[in-house]
This record gives sequence, structure tokens and C-alpha cells, in this order.
Amino acid sequence: MLKFTEEHEWLKLEDGVATVGITNYAVEQLGDLVFVELPEVGATFSKNDDAATVESVKAASEVYCPLDGEITEVNEAITADPSLVNSDPQGAGWFFKLKLKNPADADGLLDEAAYKEFTA
Amino acid sequence: MDDTAALKKTPLHALHLSLGARMVPFAGYEMPVQYSAGVLKEHLQTRAGAGLFDVSHMGQVVVRAKSGRYEDAALALESLVPVDILGLAEGRQRYGFFTDENGGILDDLMITHLDDHLFVVVNAACKEADVAHMQKHIGDRCDISLLDRALVALQGPRAVDVLAELWADVAAMKFMDVRHCRLHDVSCLVSRSGYSGEDGFEISVPTNKAEDVARRLLEHPDAQPIGLGARDSLRLEAGLCLYGNDIDTTTTPVEAALEWAMQKARRTGGARAGDFPGAARILGELDNGATRRRVGLKPEGKAPVRGHSKLYADAEGKTEIGEVTSGGFGPSVEGPVAMGYVPVSHAAVGTQIYAEVRGKYLPATVAALPFITPTYKR
Repeated sequence: MLKFTEEHEWLKLEDGVATVGITNYAVEQLGDLVFVELPEVGATFSKNDDAATVESVKAASEVYCPLDGEITEVNEAITADPSLVNSDPQGAGWFFKLKLKNPADADGLLDEAAYKEFTA
Repeated sequence: MDDTAALKKTPLHALHLSLGARMVPFAGYEMPVQYSAGVLKEHLQTRAGAGLFDVSHMGQVVVRAKSGRYEDAALALESLVPVDILGLAEGRQRYGFFTDENGGILDDLMITHLDDHLFVVVNAACKEADVAHMQKHIGDRCDISLLDRALVALQGPRAVDVLAELWADVAAMKFMDVRHCRLHDVSCLVSRSGYSGEDGFEISVPTNKAEDVARRLLEHPDAQPIGLGARDSLRLEAGLCLYGNDIDTTTTPVEAALEWAMQKARRTGGARAGDFPGAARILGELDNGATRRRVGLKPEGKAPVRGHSKLYADAEGKTEIGEVTSGGFGPSVEGPVAMGYVPVSHAAVGTQIYAEVRGKYLPATVAALPFITPTYKR
């Protein structure tokens, strides 16, 4: 199931672990990405902490942690080639996997229809 | 309140919208930051083919001596810039800057000897102040008028072929030559210059014909429209100063490594040495050096180092030595590039220093400017 934040992250939830990335909409706003900095595996974050950084040709932006949790895996492929985020933001361009502290918190995030309306 | 309501539009505004530009506020104008290709592709297009930029927001100023003599206009303007203007041949252009009494830079500009007068191009954000500055100091000797004309820049290795479709004689021009010409029956002023590090042209066009001329240039398969985003990364790779970032009233021309723009005639011992605002300081720095200097910086690793990042002598961030004034990703360099000010003790090419990025001190090497090899046709 896909969930979204108002800060333009998407989450795919499976067994209490969320795969997190930034949305098509966010990528369109950012333009060509040239640098991605990912968190370290094992790091714990609270909701809205800065978890990653993306830089386009023009500017740097933070990627927030969408919920409380611990990083269990990061996508090194996007640090090697940030353009993967541009070409497939909601697939191969995922950022990290987050073991959620309270999986039920995900219920409070936007669903696909609500996010679509939010960005319309 | 809608901030865009107060923004001015250039004569090419409708063209930008029709080409799918994303518009942003810039220096009081609504300007294209990028088109659908995106900043990265637009940058590389300009380095490989030809890019068309709208620079109509910049100020185009005619300075004409009340006597009608070029020499009088040249000497009047020389009282405001440390540049040899009297010695500028007709049909030639030169880079320069207005200085203040402390030796700081008020604006940078392009100065052309055109027939019996001077044609000057200044930055958009400074143009009203520049005209007032000239009125105040040389208005008794010269008539100064801000023209209502469009200005486009056609930059890149294919620019000459694109422009030759409208005017075959363009191929005979050399870097910094300026010529009157007719582009499809429109009376234009063309200079072989620009701010991308590439061969190219700036074309001054009557406002009501600007869209027509721009569309004709864009008909060429090698020409694409380019926005402010790529304009910034191109000029940064070319090591060229952006007024307000790399130079301003707190930086002197020698600190900014712009000695090359100050000719012998205006320096100590020259025929018309000094006699411009801040001359004592600027001539002193020309003779003895400044204490700090603008340098190129090549950050190691992949993280871009942006403007205002602090620079340190050591990896622990103990000794702050300066600040980045422009920085980002260089698409042609395929990595981060930056410029900033450091003490002369740390200005030699190859010196390793450190830039603070998000609390980390990233190594960066002082590098020769420009970061690319310019393709000017000298």
C-alpha cells in the first residue's frame, strides 16, 4: 500500500517496514538531480527529521523522515547515479527502508487519492 | 498578494511561455529559469550546439558626449571606470566595472565604442542606479539614455552557423567585435561576446521585432532556448563573476582577480593613470597585491558546495578563512565547482582547503579558472 506525506515523500508499506522515496511531483519541481546523500543504516529518526539530502543543479533540498523509525537499508544505486531518481522516482529511485516504530502511524498519512488532490 | 503582479516582462515573455518555460522572479522581471529540456540538458546543449538566452532585462545605455565627439564621451566614462576607453577601437567592446570611493565594485558592464558614442550594457538589478551614477558624475558632459530594446545572447560552438543563416557576414567577426547589421530586415547590433565561456553573440534588437528575430534563430536545428538555471552554471564553469554574488561593493577588482580588465593606460605610470573612484586603493593593490583573492575551487567528492558556504584552512573547521561566493554542479565538468575568496596565503592553485557543508568539512582544492576551455574566436 502506498502512502504519501505533504513533504512529497512516498512510502510503500510491507510488514512494518516502509520503502521511502520522493514523489514524481517532487522530482518535477526539483529538476535534474546531481547529488544524493543518504542516511546510515542503523540510524534512527523521528518524524520530520532530515534523513537525506538531494541536490539539483540549482539547489539543495532535505528529504524528511516520514515517520519514527530505524534505517534498515539504503539505495546506493542513487548515490552512484542520482539521475535514477529523475527517471524512476517511485521505483528504482527509492531512497531508504525504514523499520517503523509504530506501524499504525502510517494510517495518518495521505493515500494516493488524497495526495493527488493535495498536489493538484 | 500575488508577487508576480509587480514583475516586469521582457519582449520575449510570450515566446518563453509558448516554449514551455518555467518562469521565476529575477531582478524585478519574470524570467525563464528553464524550459522542458531542463537545466542539465540546456547547459550541455550550449556547450555542444547553440543556446538562445533572453537577457533583455539587462540595461542597454547610450553615452554620448554633448560635444558629439567620441573622445569626450570616452574620457568622461573613464572617470568612473579603471578601464582604457579612449584607446578602444571603433567597433570593439571591453569588459569593465564601476567602482566606488573605497575601491568596491558598483556593477560590472560591457563597454562598446560605437561610431561617435559609447554603448554600455549593465546588469538588470543595477541599471537604474548605474544611470543615476552616470547622470550625477558625467551628466554635465554627456547625454545618458537607457534604451528600450531587447537583448538576446546566442552562445555555443554552433552559434556562428545559426546566426549566419540570417547574416552571412557574421563569420568575419572576432571575439569582442561589434557590428550593426540587418537580421531578416531588422536593424540589430551584434557583438561577438557573451558570458558562457563559449563563442557566441549578444544581439540587441528593437523591442517590437525581438520575438520575430528570436523565433528565426530558434528555427535552426542546432539552436535551443536556455533559461537562467543553465546561464548560471555555464558562467560559473567559465569562471565569470556574477554581480551580487562574486563581486559587489565589498570586493575590489584586484581581490576579484579582474586585473586583466584594467589596461596599462589607467595603471600607475600609465598615460591616464588613476582618476577613477577608489583609484588609490585599486592602484595600490595592482602594485602590491590585495590581501585576499577570488579563486576557483574544485570540491573533492560529489557534494556541491553552494554560495555562502564557509571555507576553512583545516579539516576540523577551526580556522575560518573565507566564503564561497558561487558554487554548484558543473554539468560539463561533471562534478561540483565553486568560486570564493581566500587569503593570498591560500590562493595558490593546488592548495587544499575545506568547505563546510551541512556541518561537515569537505576537502576542496584551489583550482585554475576557468573550469572549461573557452572557445572564444580571438
